[in-house]
Amino acid sequence: MILDQASEWLNEGRKVALATVIETWGSAPQPVGSQLVIDGEGNFIGSVSGGCVEGAVVTEALDAIASGKPKVLAFGVADETAWKVGLACGGKIRVYVEPLGQ
Amino acid sequence: MKRDLFDALQNARAERRAVAVITGIDNGEQRMISRTGAGNDLLAGVLDVAFRFDQSGVHGDQFVHVYNPPLRLVIIGAVHIAQGVIPMALQAGYDISVIDPRGAFATGARFPDVALHVEWPDEILPKLGLDGRTAFLALTHDPKIDDPALALALKSEAFYIGALGSKKTQGSRVDRLRAQGFDDAQLARIHGPIGLAIGAKGAAEIAISIMAEMTKTLRLGD
Repeated sequence: MILDQASEWLNEGRKVALATVIETWGSAPQPVGSQLVIDGEGNFIGSVSGGCVEGAVVTEALDAIASGKPKVLAFGVADETAWKVGLACGGKIRVYVEPLGQ
Repeated sequence: MKRDLFDALQNARAERRAVAVITGIDNGEQRMISRTGAGNDLLAGVLDVAFRFDQSGVHGDQFVHVYNPPLRLVIIGAVHIAQGVIPMALQAGYDISVIDPRGAFATGARFPDVALHVEWPDEILPKLGLDGRTAFLALTHDPKIDDPALALALKSEAFYIGALGSKKTQGSRVDRLRAQGFDDAQLARIHGPIGLAIGAKGAAEIAISIMAEMTKTLRLGD
């Protein structure tokens, strides 16, 4: 599971962030509670959208690791940026990104 | 999430304790609450539903993330249909135990990916403990093995209890268990004949019907 991966990375001394789907509307591919764990190098395991927005989430996760602060991301077809990163399935999601273990 | 909270969460998961992590979306404040202690919480009503239906979600400005223990599947009978059920159950996230006292059936070669117990169910089941995140299947067709196992399952909180056999077999099974003191409400928990009625033919299709019925019971209730 994702959290076990997070645990392993923390124990190796890596910087880690956790992204969690907190809300979905429409045909979002991953349910609420789905998680992505990201390390300071941009490696990631898990999924928050079945591949559509992972790239953008990883970028934001690296910011969260640097700043030490959590943030909420929203992706959906109504949002021009999100459309560009490709949540083309027509759903909308909100993702909570937080540094882990700091 | 701070390290001490994360470690507490990991401990709870390792010990099969149901917990929720509650996050203030705006301020990042986080706390963990156990299901057993949720009754007195400010969010008691929300938490009760969230744990029962395994449903994380946002309530006001708080995100309630439910961490129920992993699903478990306990199968009585190292039989052909079990071999059909296991690959699907593994993909759906179940930890699986197969129990069969008959050494010829319960071999590692036939069941490579599961915890295999070559023991009588009434010896091993009390050690495993059937909780509310456990599904239970009696598949041997042999009352000597299935009946004592079913009796223990009926006394447990297993969310799904299924028993292989025709309507006639199920009828005589229910009669035997009633004679042991189980009442109609208790006996109604046994899904028998097992599986959704999809006209399944052969082990693979019966396995699909069992997985479908287990999933329906898990997600929508009995």
